[in-house]
Amino acid sequence: MNDSAPDLRELYQEVIFDHNRQPRNFHAMADADHQADGHNPLCGDQLTVYLRIEDGLVKDVSFVGHGCAISTASASLMTEAVKGKPVAEVEALFHDFHALLTDVPPDRDFGKLAVLSGVREFPARVKCATLAWHTLHNAIVGAQEPARTE
Amino acid sequence: MNSPADIHPAQLDVAADFPILARKVHGRRLAYLDNGATTQKPLAVIEAERRFYLESNANIHRGVHWLSQHATELYDDARITVQRFINAASADEIVFTRGTTEAINLVAQSWGRAELRAGDQILITAMEHHSNIVPWQLLCEQTGAMLKVAPVSDAGELDLDAFDALLGSDTQLVAITHVSNALGSINPVAELTARAHAAGALVLVDGAQAVAHQAVDVQAIGCDFYAFSGHKLYGPTGIGVLYARKPILQAMPPWQGGGDMIRTVSFERSTWADAPQRFEAGTPNIAGAIGLAAAIDYVQGIGLARIAAHEHALLDYATATIGTLPGIRLVGTARDKAGILSFLVDGIHPHDLGTILDAEGVAIRAGHHCAMPLMNRFGIPGTARASLAMYNTQADVDALAAAIGKAQKLFGT
Repeated sequence: MNDSAPDLRELYQEVIFDHNRQPRNFHAMADADHQADGHNPLCGDQLTVYLRIEDGLVKDVSFVGHGCAISTASASLMTEAVKGKPVAEVEALFHDFHALLTDVPPDRDFGKLAVLSGVREFPARVKCATLAWHTLHNAIVGAQEPARTE
Repeated sequence: MNSPADIHPAQLDVAADFPILARKVHGRRLAYLDNGATTQKPLAVIEAERRFYLESNANIHRGVHWLSQHATELYDDARITVQRFINAASADEIVFTRGTTEAINLVAQSWGRAELRAGDQILITAMEHHSNIVPWQLLCEQTGAMLKVAPVSDAGELDLDAFDALLGSDTQLVAITHVSNALGSINPVAELTARAHAAGALVLVDGAQAVAHQAVDVQAIGCDFYAFSGHKLYGPTGIGVLYARKPILQAMPPWQGGGDMIRTVSFERSTWADAPQRFEAGTPNIAGAIGLAAAIDYVQGIGLARIAAHEHALLDYATATIGTLPGIRLVGTARDKAGILSFLVDGIHPHDLGTILDAEGVAIRAGHHCAMPLMNRFGIPGTARASLAMYNTQADVDALAAAIGKAQKLFGT
Protein backbone atom coordinates (compact mmCIF):
# COMPACT_ATOMS: atom_id res chain seq x y z
CA MET A 1 0.00 0.00 0.00
CA ASN A 2 1.22 3.44 -0.91
CA ASP A 3 2.38 5.18 2.26
CA SER A 4 3.25 8.62 0.85
CA ALA A 5 1.36 11.64 2.10
CA PRO A 6 -2.06 11.77 0.46
CA ASP A 7 -3.07 15.08 -1.04
CA LEU A 8 -6.19 16.05 0.86
CA ARG A 9 -6.87 18.87 -1.57
CA GLU A 10 -7.32 16.24 -4.28
CA LEU A 11 -10.00 14.60 -2.16
CA TYR A 12 -11.62 17.65 -0.66
CA GLN A 13 -11.94 20.00 -3.60
CA GLU A 14 -13.82 23.26 -3.23
CA VAL A 15 -16.75 21.90 -5.26
CA ILE A 16 -17.14 19.11 -2.72
CA PHE A 17 -17.25 21.53 0.20
CA ASP A 18 -19.80 23.61 -1.69
CA HIS A 19 -22.08 20.65 -2.35
CA ASN A 20 -21.63 19.37 1.22
CA ARG A 21 -22.62 22.71 2.70
CA GLN A 22 -25.45 23.32 0.25
CA PRO A 23 -26.56 20.05 -1.29
CA ARG A 24 -28.58 20.47 -4.52
CA ASN A 25 -31.96 18.79 -5.00
CA PHE A 26 -31.94 18.05 -1.29
CA HIS A 27 -35.58 17.37 -0.49
CA ALA A 28 -38.15 14.61 -0.50
CA MET A 29 -40.31 14.31 -3.63
CA ALA A 30 -44.05 13.89 -3.12
CA ASP A 31 -44.77 12.77 -6.70
CA ALA A 32 -41.79 10.47 -7.11
CA ASP A 33 -42.53 7.26 -9.02
CA HIS A 34 -39.27 5.57 -8.07
CA GLN A 35 -37.39 5.73 -4.79
CA ALA A 36 -34.86 3.69 -2.85
CA ASP A 37 -32.96 3.81 0.42
CA GLY A 38 -29.21 3.51 0.80
CA HIS A 39 -27.46 2.76 4.07
CA ASN A 40 -23.88 2.08 5.02
CA PRO A 41 -24.41 0.83 8.56
CA LEU A 42 -20.72 0.85 9.46
CA CYS A 43 -20.31 4.57 8.81
CA GLY A 44 -23.91 5.55 9.40
CA ASP A 45 -24.39 7.17 6.00
CA GLN A 46 -28.04 7.05 5.08
CA LEU A 47 -30.00 8.49 2.19
CA THR A 48 -33.16 8.17 0.14
CA VAL A 49 -33.12 8.90 -3.60
CA TYR A 50 -36.33 9.98 -5.35
CA LEU A 51 -36.96 9.84 -9.10
CA ARG A 52 -39.66 10.80 -11.53
CA ILE A 53 -39.18 8.96 -14.79
CA GLU A 54 -41.21 9.91 -17.88
CA ASP A 55 -40.78 8.48 -21.37
CA GLY A 56 -37.49 6.90 -20.36
CA LEU A 57 -36.09 10.22 -19.10
CA VAL A 58 -35.15 11.22 -15.55
CA LYS A 59 -37.52 14.17 -15.33
CA ASP A 60 -36.72 14.91 -11.71
CA VAL A 61 -34.38 13.56 -9.03
CA SER A 62 -33.77 14.46 -5.41
CA PHE A 63 -32.40 13.02 -2.20
CA VAL A 64 -32.52 13.37 1.57
CA GLY A 65 -30.24 11.88 4.20
CA HIS A 66 -27.05 12.42 6.11
CA GLY A 67 -23.46 11.36 5.81
CA CYS A 68 -19.92 12.54 5.44
CA ALA A 69 -18.87 15.32 3.08
CA ILE A 70 -17.91 12.86 0.35
CA SER A 71 -21.21 11.00 0.38
CA THR A 72 -23.34 14.14 0.63
CA ALA A 73 -21.44 15.95 -2.13
CA SER A 74 -21.48 12.85 -4.33
CA ALA A 75 -25.26 12.52 -3.97
CA SER A 76 -25.75 16.20 -4.73
CA LEU A 77 -23.47 16.12 -7.78
CA MET A 78 -25.18 12.95 -8.96
CA THR A 79 -28.62 14.58 -8.98
CA GLU A 80 -27.28 17.42 -11.12
CA ALA A 81 -25.56 15.00 -13.47
CA VAL A 82 -28.53 12.73 -14.16
CA LYS A 83 -31.45 15.16 -14.29
CA GLY A 84 -32.99 15.21 -17.77
CA LYS A 85 -30.92 12.26 -19.01
CA PRO A 86 -32.28 9.05 -20.53
CA VAL A 87 -32.36 6.23 -17.98
CA ALA A 88 -30.05 4.05 -20.10
CA GLU A 89 -27.50 6.86 -20.15
CA VAL A 90 -27.76 7.27 -16.38
CA GLU A 91 -27.06 3.57 -15.88
CA ALA A 92 -24.06 3.82 -18.20
CA LEU A 93 -22.81 6.83 -16.26
CA PHE A 94 -23.14 4.88 -12.99
CA HIS A 95 -21.03 2.13 -14.51
CA ASP A 96 -18.38 4.57 -15.72
CA PHE A 97 -18.36 6.58 -12.49
CA HIS A 98 -17.81 3.40 -10.51
CA ALA A 99 -14.90 2.54 -12.80
CA LEU A 100 -13.52 6.07 -12.37
CA LEU A 101 -13.14 5.41 -8.63
CA THR A 102 -12.20 1.75 -8.57
CA ASP A 103 -10.92 0.58 -11.92
CA VAL A 104 -9.39 1.84 -15.15
CA PRO A 105 -10.84 5.34 -15.58
CA PRO A 106 -13.04 5.32 -18.71
CA ASP A 107 -12.18 7.77 -21.43
CA ARG A 108 -15.14 10.10 -21.21
CA ASP A 109 -16.07 13.55 -20.00
CA PHE A 110 -17.40 13.30 -16.46
CA GLY A 111 -18.17 16.99 -16.18
CA LYS A 112 -18.39 18.13 -12.56
CA LEU A 113 -18.33 14.53 -11.34
CA ALA A 114 -14.60 14.54 -12.11
CA VAL A 115 -13.99 16.37 -8.82
CA LEU A 116 -14.69 13.05 -7.10
CA SER A 117 -11.90 11.26 -8.95
CA GLY A 118 -9.56 12.06 -6.03
CA VAL A 119 -11.45 9.46 -4.00
CA ARG A 120 -9.47 6.84 -5.98
CA GLU A 121 -6.50 7.53 -3.73
CA PHE A 122 -8.55 6.90 -0.58
CA PRO A 123 -9.86 3.32 -0.89
CA ALA A 124 -11.59 3.51 2.49
CA ARG A 125 -13.79 6.32 1.16
CA VAL A 126 -14.91 4.84 -2.19
CA LYS A 127 -17.99 3.43 -0.49
CA CYS A 128 -18.94 6.96 0.61
CA ALA A 129 -18.82 8.29 -2.96
CA THR A 130 -20.69 5.39 -4.54
CA LEU A 131 -23.55 4.91 -2.07
CA ALA A 132 -25.82 7.48 -3.75
CA TRP A 133 -25.21 5.89 -7.16
CA HIS A 134 -26.02 2.38 -5.97
CA THR A 135 -29.16 3.78 -4.38
CA LEU A 136 -30.10 5.55 -7.61
CA HIS A 137 -29.61 2.30 -9.50
CA ASN A 138 -31.84 0.48 -7.01
CA ALA A 139 -34.50 3.15 -7.42
CA ILE A 140 -34.41 2.70 -11.18
CA VAL A 141 -34.64 -1.09 -11.11
CA GLY A 142 -37.11 -1.12 -8.23
CA ALA A 143 -34.98 -3.06 -5.76
CA GLN A 144 -36.62 -3.62 -2.40
CA GLU A 145 -33.52 -4.03 -0.26
CA PRO A 146 -31.65 -0.85 0.76
CA ALA A 147 -28.44 -0.27 -1.23
CA ARG A 148 -25.12 -0.77 0.56
CA THR A 149 -21.55 -0.20 -0.53
CA GLU A 150 -19.71 -1.65 2.44
CA MET B 1 9.15 13.82 24.96
CA ASN B 2 10.27 10.26 24.39
CA SER B 3 8.54 8.43 27.14
CA PRO B 4 5.46 8.85 29.28
CA ALA B 5 6.27 11.25 32.10
CA ASP B 6 4.80 9.15 34.86
CA ILE B 7 6.53 5.89 34.02
CA HIS B 8 10.25 5.55 34.56
CA PRO B 9 12.12 4.99 31.27
CA ALA B 10 13.84 2.00 32.86
CA GLN B 11 10.45 0.31 32.97
CA LEU B 12 9.02 1.54 29.71
CA ASP B 13 11.39 2.38 26.90
CA VAL B 14 8.87 3.13 24.20
CA ALA B 15 11.38 3.28 21.36
CA ALA B 16 12.99 -0.05 22.28
CA ASP B 17 9.84 -1.88 23.38
CA PHE B 18 7.44 -0.76 20.63
CA PRO B 19 9.41 -0.46 17.37
CA ILE B 20 6.23 0.04 15.33
CA LEU B 21 5.65 3.38 17.03
CA ALA B 22 8.82 4.72 15.42
CA ARG B 23 7.53 4.10 11.89
CA LYS B 24 6.23 6.91 9.75
CA VAL B 25 2.74 6.97 8.28
CA HIS B 26 2.23 9.17 5.22
CA GLY B 27 5.68 10.56 5.95
CA ARG B 28 4.58 11.76 9.38
CA ARG B 29 5.36 10.72 12.91
CA LEU B 30 2.73 8.16 13.93
CA ALA B 31 0.44 9.22 16.76
CA TYR B 32 -1.30 5.93 17.49
CA LEU B 33 -4.49 6.77 19.36
CA ASP B 34 -6.59 3.75 18.38
CA ASN B 35 -5.70 1.55 21.34
CA GLY B 36 -9.33 0.82 22.10
CA ALA B 37 -9.39 -1.08 18.81
CA THR B 38 -6.11 -2.86 19.46
CA THR B 39 -2.87 -2.03 21.24
CA GLN B 40 0.60 -2.35 19.76
CA LYS B 41 2.66 -5.31 20.90
CA PRO B 42 5.89 -4.97 22.88
CA LEU B 43 8.96 -6.78 21.61
CA ALA B 44 8.66 -9.15 24.58
CA VAL B 45 5.36 -10.47 23.20
CA ILE B 46 6.61 -10.73 19.62
CA GLU B 47 9.69 -12.57 20.86
CA ALA B 48 7.68 -14.94 23.06
CA GLU B 49 5.59 -16.07 20.09
CA ARG B 50 8.65 -16.33 17.89
CA ARG B 51 10.55 -18.29 20.52
CA PHE B 52 7.66 -20.70 20.95
CA TYR B 53 7.66 -21.57 17.25
CA LEU B 54 11.45 -21.66 17.09
CA GLU B 55 12.05 -23.79 20.14
CA SER B 56 8.92 -25.28 21.68
CA ASN B 57 6.25 -25.91 19.07
CA ALA B 58 4.22 -29.11 19.45
CA ASN B 59 0.61 -29.92 20.12
CA ILE B 60 -0.50 -30.01 23.73
CA HIS B 61 -2.19 -32.56 25.97
CA ARG B 62 -1.44 -35.38 23.57
CA GLY B 63 2.11 -36.39 23.00
CA VAL B 64 4.21 -38.62 25.15
CA HIS B 65 7.17 -36.94 23.53
CA TRP B 66 9.20 -34.30 25.29
CA LEU B 67 8.34 -31.39 23.03
CA SER B 68 4.62 -31.92 23.47
CA GLN B 69 5.01 -32.03 27.23
CA HIS B 70 7.11 -28.89 27.10
CA ALA B 71 4.49 -27.04 25.03
CA THR B 72 1.78 -28.26 27.41
CA GLU B 73 3.72 -26.86 30.36
CA LEU B 74 4.08 -23.48 28.67
CA TYR B 75 0.36 -23.41 27.86
CA ASP B 76 -0.61 -24.41 31.41
CA ASP B 77 1.80 -21.83 32.82
CA ALA B 78 0.08 -19.19 30.67
CA ARG B 79 -3.21 -20.12 32.30
CA ILE B 80 -1.66 -19.65 35.73
CA THR B 81 -0.29 -16.27 34.65
CA VAL B 82 -3.80 -15.21 33.65
CA GLN B 83 -5.26 -16.59 36.87
CA ARG B 84 -2.86 -14.51 38.98
CA PHE B 85 -3.32 -11.45 36.78
CA ILE B 86 -7.04 -11.20 37.55
CA ASN B 87 -6.75 -12.92 40.96
CA ALA B 88 -8.96 -15.88 40.13
CA ALA B 89 -9.13 -18.48 42.90
CA SER B 90 -7.98 -21.29 40.60
CA ALA B 91 -6.42 -21.76 37.17
CA ASP B 92 -9.35 -24.09 36.47
CA GLU B 93 -11.52 -20.99 36.28
CA ILE B 94 -9.63 -19.70 33.22
CA VAL B 95 -10.85 -20.73 29.75
CA PHE B 96 -8.82 -19.62 26.75
CA THR B 97 -10.99 -18.30 23.93
CA ARG B 98 -10.40 -16.39 20.70
CA GLY B 99 -11.28 -13.18 22.46
CA THR B 100 -13.93 -11.35 24.44
CA THR B 101 -16.58 -11.99 21.81
CA GLU B 102 -16.09 -15.75 21.89
CA ALA B 103 -15.98 -15.73 25.68
CA ILE B 104 -19.38 -14.03 25.87
CA ASN B 105 -20.83 -16.33 23.21
CA LEU B 106 -19.54 -19.29 25.19
CA VAL B 107 -21.46 -18.17 28.27
CA ALA B 108 -24.59 -17.48 26.22
CA GLN B 109 -24.56 -20.80 24.40
CA SER B 110 -23.41 -23.03 27.25
CA TRP B 111 -24.69 -21.54 30.50
CA GLY B 112 -27.51 -19.59 28.87
CA ARG B 113 -29.06 -22.35 26.82
CA ALA B 114 -28.92 -24.76 29.75
CA GLU B 115 -30.28 -22.38 32.37
CA LEU B 116 -32.66 -19.90 30.74
CA ARG B 117 -36.37 -20.42 30.14
CA ALA B 118 -39.11 -18.36 28.52
CA GLY B 119 -39.87 -15.38 30.71
CA ASP B 120 -36.37 -15.15 32.19
CA GLN B 121 -34.61 -11.83 31.76
CA ILE B 122 -31.10 -10.71 30.88
CA LEU B 123 -30.21 -7.20 31.95
CA ILE B 124 -27.58 -5.25 29.99
CA THR B 125 -26.85 -1.53 29.70
CA ALA B 126 -27.26 0.96 26.88
CA MET B 127 -23.48 1.36 26.63
CA GLU B 128 -22.68 -2.21 25.64
CA HIS B 129 -20.53 -3.16 22.68
CA HIS B 130 -22.36 -5.23 20.07
CA SER B 131 -20.52 -8.29 21.40
CA ASN B 132 -22.33 -7.90 24.72
CA ILE B 133 -25.71 -7.39 23.01
CA VAL B 134 -26.00 -9.74 20.06
CA PRO B 135 -25.05 -13.02 21.82
CA TRP B 136 -27.89 -12.33 24.29
CA GLN B 137 -30.31 -11.54 21.48
CA LEU B 138 -29.46 -14.89 19.89
CA LEU B 139 -29.93 -16.59 23.25
CA CYS B 140 -33.29 -14.86 23.75
CA GLU B 141 -34.45 -16.14 20.37
CA GLN B 142 -33.41 -19.65 21.35
CA THR B 143 -34.90 -19.69 24.84
CA GLY B 144 -37.72 -17.15 24.89
CA ALA B 145 -35.85 -15.08 27.48
CA MET B 146 -36.12 -11.29 27.32
CA LEU B 147 -33.43 -8.66 27.02
CA LYS B 148 -33.73 -5.59 29.26
CA VAL B 149 -31.58 -2.51 28.85
CA ALA B 150 -30.61 -0.11 31.64
CA PRO B 151 -30.30 3.45 30.26
CA VAL B 152 -27.35 5.83 30.48
CA SER B 153 -27.35 9.55 31.30
CA ASP B 154 -26.35 12.38 28.97
CA ALA B 155 -22.89 12.20 30.54
CA GLY B 156 -22.66 8.53 29.60
CA GLU B 157 -23.06 7.13 33.11
CA LEU B 158 -25.24 4.15 33.93
CA ASP B 159 -28.56 5.18 35.49
CA LEU B 160 -28.31 3.22 38.76
CA ASP B 161 -31.91 3.84 39.80
CA ALA B 162 -33.18 2.54 36.47
CA PHE B 163 -30.78 -0.41 36.79
CA ASP B 164 -32.25 -1.26 40.19
CA ALA B 165 -35.78 -0.89 38.87
CA LEU B 166 -35.08 -3.29 36.00
CA LEU B 167 -33.39 -5.84 38.25
CA GLY B 168 -36.04 -8.28 39.40
CA SER B 169 -36.72 -11.86 40.37
CA ASP B 170 -36.90 -12.82 36.68
CA THR B 171 -33.40 -11.45 36.04
CA GLN B 172 -31.12 -14.45 35.61
CA LEU B 173 -28.07 -12.62 34.30
CA VAL B 174 -26.66 -9.11 34.37
CA ALA B 175 -24.15 -8.54 31.54
CA ILE B 176 -22.29 -5.24 31.84
CA THR B 177 -19.21 -3.66 30.44
CA HIS B 178 -16.47 -2.72 32.89
CA VAL B 179 -15.35 0.24 30.75
CA SER B 180 -17.39 1.61 27.83
CA ASN B 181 -15.42 1.25 24.60
CA ALA B 182 -17.18 4.24 23.02
CA LEU B 183 -17.26 6.66 25.97
CA GLY B 184 -14.65 5.48 28.46
CA SER B 185 -17.17 5.43 31.32
CA ILE B 186 -16.14 3.07 34.13
CA ASN B 187 -19.03 1.14 35.63
CA PRO B 188 -19.05 0.36 39.37
CA VAL B 189 -18.98 -3.37 38.65
CA ALA B 190 -18.45 -4.53 42.24
CA GLU B 191 -21.44 -2.51 43.41
CA LEU B 192 -23.56 -3.68 40.47
CA THR B 193 -22.55 -7.28 41.13
CA ALA B 194 -23.62 -7.00 44.76
CA ARG B 195 -27.01 -5.64 43.70
CA ALA B 196 -27.44 -8.34 41.05
CA HIS B 197 -26.49 -11.12 43.45
CA ALA B 198 -28.94 -9.75 46.01
CA ALA B 199 -31.61 -10.13 43.34
CA GLY B 200 -30.49 -13.68 42.59
CA ALA B 201 -28.88 -12.98 39.20
CA LEU B 202 -25.45 -13.99 37.96
CA VAL B 203 -23.10 -11.34 36.58
CA LEU B 204 -20.92 -11.25 33.48
CA VAL B 205 -18.46 -8.38 33.12
CA ASP B 206 -17.06 -7.46 29.70
CA GLY B 207 -13.53 -6.42 30.60
CA ALA B 208 -12.20 -5.87 27.07
CA GLN B 209 -11.53 -2.17 27.68
CA ALA B 210 -10.57 -2.52 31.34
CA VAL B 211 -7.76 -5.01 31.82
CA ALA B 212 -5.04 -2.94 30.13
CA HIS B 213 -5.89 0.18 32.08
CA GLN B 214 -6.50 -0.80 35.70
CA ALA B 215 -5.83 -3.73 38.00
CA VAL B 216 -8.72 -6.19 37.89
CA ASP B 217 -9.49 -8.52 40.79
CA VAL B 218 -12.38 -10.80 39.89
CA GLN B 219 -12.80 -11.96 43.48
CA ALA B 220 -13.03 -8.38 44.71
CA ILE B 221 -15.59 -7.62 42.00
CA GLY B 222 -17.41 -10.79 42.92
CA CYS B 223 -18.65 -11.39 39.38
CA ASP B 224 -19.44 -14.86 38.05
CA PHE B 225 -17.96 -14.33 34.57
CA TYR B 226 -15.28 -11.94 33.34
CA ALA B 227 -14.26 -11.77 29.67
CA PHE B 228 -11.34 -10.04 27.98
CA SER B 229 -9.15 -10.09 24.88
CA GLY B 230 -5.40 -10.44 24.61
CA HIS B 231 -4.93 -7.99 21.79
CA LYS B 232 -6.24 -4.99 23.72
CA LEU B 233 -3.80 -5.92 26.48
CA TYR B 234 -0.62 -5.64 24.37
CA GLY B 235 -0.95 -9.32 23.49
CA PRO B 236 -1.61 -11.17 20.23
CA THR B 237 -4.90 -11.27 18.37
CA GLY B 238 -6.93 -14.47 18.43
CA ILE B 239 -6.51 -15.16 22.13
CA GLY B 240 -8.79 -14.14 24.95
CA VAL B 241 -10.04 -15.27 28.30
CA LEU B 242 -13.24 -16.30 29.98
CA TYR B 243 -13.06 -16.35 33.74
CA ALA B 244 -15.93 -18.22 35.37
CA ARG B 245 -16.40 -19.17 39.01
CA LYS B 246 -15.60 -22.84 39.43
CA PRO B 247 -18.96 -24.25 40.60
CA ILE B 248 -20.69 -22.51 37.72
CA LEU B 249 -18.12 -23.51 35.10
CA GLN B 250 -18.06 -27.14 36.27
CA ALA B 251 -21.85 -27.34 35.86
CA MET B 252 -21.87 -25.85 32.36
CA PRO B 253 -22.35 -28.16 29.34
CA PRO B 254 -19.91 -28.11 26.42
CA TRP B 255 -20.67 -25.64 23.64
CA GLN B 256 -18.30 -26.98 20.99
CA GLY B 257 -17.44 -30.62 20.56
CA GLY B 258 -14.18 -32.09 19.40
CA GLY B 259 -10.80 -33.25 20.53
CA ASP B 260 -9.34 -32.26 23.88
CA MET B 261 -12.74 -31.55 25.48
CA ILE B 262 -13.80 -35.16 26.06
CA ARG B 263 -13.10 -37.83 28.63
CA THR B 264 -14.37 -40.79 26.62
CA VAL B 265 -16.00 -41.09 23.22
CA SER B 266 -18.09 -43.93 21.89
CA PHE B 267 -20.74 -43.95 19.21
CA GLU B 268 -23.36 -44.47 21.89
CA ARG B 269 -22.27 -41.75 24.28
CA SER B 270 -19.39 -39.44 25.04
CA THR B 271 -18.38 -37.92 28.35
CA TRP B 272 -16.79 -34.57 28.92
CA ALA B 273 -13.52 -33.45 30.36
CA ASP B 274 -13.55 -31.21 33.42
CA ALA B 275 -13.46 -27.46 33.00
CA PRO B 276 -11.61 -25.65 31.61
CA GLN B 277 -10.65 -28.31 29.01
CA ARG B 278 -14.33 -29.00 28.38
CA PHE B 279 -14.56 -25.56 26.78
CA GLU B 280 -11.40 -25.75 24.68
CA ALA B 281 -12.29 -28.15 21.89
CA GLY B 282 -9.65 -28.62 19.23
CA THR B 283 -6.07 -27.42 19.20
CA PRO B 284 -6.10 -24.04 20.90
CA ASN B 285 -4.09 -20.93 20.07
CA ILE B 286 -1.05 -22.19 21.97
CA ALA B 287 1.35 -19.50 20.80
CA GLY B 288 -1.32 -16.90 21.45
CA ALA B 289 -1.75 -18.00 25.05
CA ILE B 290 2.01 -17.87 25.55
CA GLY B 291 2.12 -14.44 23.91
CA LEU B 292 -0.68 -13.26 26.18
CA ALA B 293 1.23 -14.46 29.22
CA ALA B 294 4.25 -12.49 27.99
CA ALA B 295 2.04 -9.41 27.61
CA ILE B 296 0.76 -9.83 31.15
CA ASP B 297 4.32 -10.20 32.45
CA TYR B 298 5.25 -7.03 30.56
CA VAL B 299 2.29 -5.04 31.89
CA GLN B 300 2.90 -6.24 35.43
CA GLY B 301 6.58 -5.39 35.13
CA ILE B 302 5.52 -1.78 34.62
CA GLY B 303 2.62 -1.98 37.01
CA LEU B 304 -1.03 -1.29 36.32
CA ALA B 305 -1.12 1.40 38.99
CA ARG B 306 1.58 3.34 37.12
CA ILE B 307 -0.11 2.74 33.77
CA ALA B 308 -3.47 3.89 35.16
CA ALA B 309 -1.91 7.01 36.69
CA HIS B 310 -0.17 7.88 33.44
CA GLU B 311 -3.27 7.33 31.33
CA HIS B 312 -5.46 9.33 33.72
CA ALA B 313 -3.07 12.25 33.63
CA LEU B 314 -2.91 12.04 29.84
CA LEU B 315 -6.70 11.79 29.56
CA ASP B 316 -7.01 14.91 31.73
CA TYR B 317 -4.53 16.65 29.44
CA ALA B 318 -6.41 15.47 26.33
CA THR B 319 -9.78 16.48 27.77
CA ALA B 320 -8.41 19.95 28.56
CA THR B 321 -6.59 20.30 25.24
CA ILE B 322 -9.15 18.85 22.82
CA GLY B 323 -12.22 19.72 24.88
CA THR B 324 -11.44 23.44 24.76
CA LEU B 325 -10.79 23.65 21.02
CA PRO B 326 -13.49 25.66 19.23
CA GLY B 327 -16.35 23.62 17.78
CA ILE B 328 -15.65 20.48 19.82
CA ARG B 329 -18.29 18.49 21.63
CA LEU B 330 -17.12 15.75 23.97
CA VAL B 331 -19.35 12.67 24.01
CA GLY B 332 -19.08 10.83 27.32
CA THR B 333 -18.17 12.98 30.27
CA ALA B 334 -18.61 10.49 33.10
CA ARG B 335 -16.86 11.36 36.35
CA ASP B 336 -15.11 8.02 36.34
CA LYS B 337 -13.44 7.47 32.97
CA ALA B 338 -10.59 5.45 31.53
CA GLY B 339 -8.41 6.28 28.57
CA ILE B 340 -11.02 7.23 25.97
CA LEU B 341 -11.90 10.61 24.47
CA SER B 342 -14.90 10.50 22.15
CA PHE B 343 -15.79 13.74 20.40
CA LEU B 344 -17.50 15.51 17.52
CA VAL B 345 -16.22 18.45 15.54
CA ASP B 346 -18.85 20.94 14.36
CA GLY B 347 -19.46 20.72 10.62
CA ILE B 348 -17.07 17.80 10.06
CA HIS B 349 -18.35 14.25 9.86
CA PRO B 350 -16.26 11.79 11.92
CA HIS B 351 -15.23 9.92 8.76
CA ASP B 352 -13.98 13.06 7.05
CA LEU B 353 -12.12 13.90 10.25
CA GLY B 354 -10.61 10.41 10.38
CA THR B 355 -9.28 10.73 6.83
CA ILE B 356 -7.76 14.16 7.47
CA LEU B 357 -6.20 13.09 10.78
CA ASP B 358 -4.75 10.01 9.09
CA ALA B 359 -3.01 12.21 6.52
CA GLU B 360 -1.34 13.90 9.50
CA GLY B 361 -0.19 10.55 10.92
CA VAL B 362 -2.83 10.58 13.66
CA ALA B 363 -4.62 7.22 13.94
CA ILE B 364 -8.02 7.39 15.60
CA ARG B 365 -11.27 5.47 15.19
CA ALA B 366 -14.23 7.13 13.52
CA GLY B 367 -17.71 5.64 13.55
CA HIS B 368 -20.14 3.94 15.87
CA HIS B 369 -17.52 1.85 17.71
CA CYS B 370 -19.73 -1.26 17.51
CA ALA B 371 -22.17 0.49 19.82
CA MET B 372 -24.97 1.52 17.46
CA PRO B 373 -27.67 1.62 20.17
CA LEU B 374 -25.47 3.95 22.22
CA MET B 375 -24.94 6.27 19.24
CA ASN B 376 -28.72 6.28 18.71
CA ARG B 377 -29.11 7.18 22.39
CA PHE B 378 -27.02 10.29 21.74
CA GLY B 379 -28.71 10.94 18.39
CA ILE B 380 -25.44 10.79 16.43
CA PRO B 381 -24.19 8.46 13.68
CA GLY B 382 -20.83 8.09 15.38
CA THR B 383 -17.93 9.90 16.97
CA ALA B 384 -14.21 10.36 16.56
CA ARG B 385 -12.48 8.41 19.30
CA ALA B 386 -8.96 8.80 20.62
CA SER B 387 -8.06 5.93 22.95
CA LEU B 388 -4.91 5.94 25.05
CA ALA B 389 -2.31 3.39 26.03
CA MET B 390 0.71 3.38 28.32
CA TYR B 391 3.04 4.52 25.53
CA ASN B 392 1.07 7.59 24.49
CA THR B 393 2.45 10.99 25.37
CA GLN B 394 1.39 14.61 25.35
CA ALA B 395 3.04 14.83 21.94
CA ASP B 396 0.40 12.43 20.58
CA VAL B 397 -2.39 14.56 22.02
CA ASP B 398 -0.75 17.70 20.65
CA ALA B 399 -0.55 16.07 17.20
CA LEU B 400 -4.27 15.26 17.46
CA ALA B 401 -5.11 18.84 18.42
CA ALA B 402 -3.02 20.25 15.57
CA ALA B 403 -4.60 17.86 13.07
CA ILE B 404 -8.11 18.80 14.22
CA GLY B 405 -7.13 22.44 13.61
CA LYS B 406 -6.02 21.53 10.08
CA ALA B 407 -9.31 19.76 9.42
CA GLN B 408 -11.24 22.79 10.60
CA LYS B 409 -9.14 25.04 8.40
CA LEU B 410 -9.69 22.77 5.39
CA PHE B 411 -13.43 22.63 6.01
CA GLY B 412 -13.59 26.34 6.75
CA THR B 413 -15.38 25.75 10.04
